[in-house]
Amino acid sequence: MKHANRSGFTGKQSFFVFIASMLLPLFSLAATSSSGDSNTEQVQRGEYLARAGNCMGCHTTRGGKPYAGGRGFKTPFGEFFSPNITPDNETGIGHWSEEDFWQALHFGKARDGSYLYPVFPYTEYTKVTREDANAMFAYLKSLTPVAQTNPPHKIASPYDNQFLLFLWRTWYFKEGVFEPDHSKGEDWNRGNYLVQGLGHCNACHTPRNVWGASQDDKLAGGEIMGTYWYAPSLISSREAGVGKWSTEEIVQLLSTGINNHAVTSGPMATIVRQSLQYLSADDLRAMAVYLQSLGEKHSDEGAPGKTQPMPERVRRYLALGEPVYEKHCQGCHGKSGEGVPGVYPPLAGNRAVTMTSPLNTIRSVLYGGFPPVTAGNPRPYGMPPFQHIIRDNEVAWVVSYIRNAWGNLGSLVSPEEVDSSRGNEF
Amino acid sequence: MKLIVFILLALLSGLASAQESASPAVPDTLEQRIKSCTICHGDEDRAGRDAYYPRIAGKPAGYLFNQLRNFRDGRRYYQAMAILLENLSDEYLLEMAQYFSSLKYPYPEPAANTLSAAETQAVETLIHTGDTGRDIPACSACHGKALMGVKPFIPSLLGLPHAYVAAQFGGWRNGGTMRGQTPDCMSEIAKKLSQEEVNALTVWLPSQPIAGEPAESGILAPELVQRCETILSGEGFVQ
Repeated sequence: MKHANRSGFTGKQSFFVFIASMLLPLFSLAATSSSGDSNTEQVQRGEYLARAGNCMGCHTTRGGKPYAGGRGFKTPFGEFFSPNITPDNETGIGHWSEEDFWQALHFGKARDGSYLYPVFPYTEYTKVTREDANAMFAYLKSLTPVAQTNPPHKIASPYDNQFLLFLWRTWYFKEGVFEPDHSKGEDWNRGNYLVQGLGHCNACHTPRNVWGASQDDKLAGGEIMGTYWYAPSLISSREAGVGKWSTEEIVQLLSTGINNHAVTSGPMATIVRQSLQYLSADDLRAMAVYLQSLGEKHSDEGAPGKTQPMPERVRRYLALGEPVYEKHCQGCHGKSGEGVPGVYPPLAGNRAVTMTSPLNTIRSVLYGGFPPVTAGNPRPYGMPPFQHIIRDNEVAWVVSYIRNAWGNLGSLVSPEEVDSSRGNEF
Repeated sequence: MKLIVFILLALLSGLASAQESASPAVPDTLEQRIKSCTICHGDEDRAGRDAYYPRIAGKPAGYLFNQLRNFRDGRRYYQAMAILLENLSDEYLLEMAQYFSSLKYPYPEPAANTLSAAETQAVETLIHTGDTGRDIPACSACHGKALMGVKPFIPSLLGLPHAYVAAQFGGWRNGGTMRGQTPDCMSEIAKKLSQEEVNALTVWLPSQPIAGEPAESGILAPELVQRCETILSGEGFVQ
């Protein structure tokens, strides 16, 4: 490698930078003279960014008109309904200016200046750049207006008090556009921006405190508010930390919903379908690089400790699950829980099975499901629902069994836990 | 050098065999992909523990396609189906609909008809003539003379379990089956029936022997086509 000067460029590169900077005004002149094209470009870019931020996911009801809002979110603080963000003058954002949109996205403030509830993840969107925000706004303004009035929030007292919201913000909201860390590479920074900002992975993958605030930006995993799903930690090697995966494997999971180790299910499958599968190869790679770096820091914590010999009582309980497994699960997941790579996920060594919260595994057994349909996996293989086929105690046995068979190690699950895992937004 | 080549070869063959053993043959068929459906809907005449699940084999493809999308998009309410179908595309659902429609499984033995002669007479009048006074069309006017449905959008009424038929009538009468799809002609008709008539229908229909196939399209009277237009179309449906 040649010796680089202080600006980080070699002599030859400096020359090009010099020439380029001389030419730059010419290019910007050209850009302003064809504003029609640059507007189309901005709208297209906005569409892509709105995909990456999955605005549609919250701002659309099941089977409803895209971006017309109305989807309900149950929280301990009340039920919130997403607003219509199509450019309808009466019921949408037709009268909004670019600045209004920025106020909402960056500062979490409504058009009338009141504070927005953090159900809208402005706590993460605040990291989005002004340029990206403007592009998303241009895209939303380009949509066909949909006249749709959505129900008002049903906020439980005293949370409807704006002063409380002010206090909440003072404590938990840190305004500010993402600032790149120049000690890290371009991919890492782009990935950080997408994961922590626009993609708002934090909204689910982090524990929330009693006031509904994300604990921090560490992506340490947590139960998703208002759902019965657990969003696993993205840093822990015992959960969904990907420090030991290759970037290709991470990209494959994010873009197709399945790879040889894992399959996305529940809300994550929906995110892959609605958002992640549309991301560019570069952006997916950037996210993978960033996620990998998060996992690397904690990759040693999964080292198996000394396991106690199993008490007879536990052994007997697990034995109840084995025949259930053989009858209902083995056909696809294999005699030793080995699964079929890319088709049926392995259960042996599968962290989604062994992680502390058994919630997702219980739900997969109860409700079954398909990995998302994506360009890379257009006809996924499905898992049957078993809620009608086996009883709660059998679900508890079989989940306990797979959490402890073939070298797996997890807590036992009771029929009561199975019952309390039922329920959803449908 | 020989040793290195040998080691490399050994590694390669190890890799190859590892790959083979890691992917036992999973049939690349739709049947295998949709085991999640057949666990309840059966691959023969097998029904669930509570004998609730409807037979879908042999039903007209357009009907199945529309129902799959209705479940997925929240227009027809059933939690288990909504969760299962959430992340599937129209294309894949259409493929499933065509697959189930093409299946020719034998039908189960009809259930016993426990109605009195007078009740049976009344039901059969409703089935074949309807009641013009109450604006109730004959069931057969839409579902075909054999009640086996009409291609591609109207379902058959036979070969279904009593519990399922009863639940659908209940849903239509209290608005619980279909949401927001107006006008919903079956809901409107079901509300005009008396509870006694509904009870009799749910006993009579499963007691009928099954013969024939769904009728070809084009048998519906124009006023029925108009009345049920929301059911008689399917965006993106191809035979």
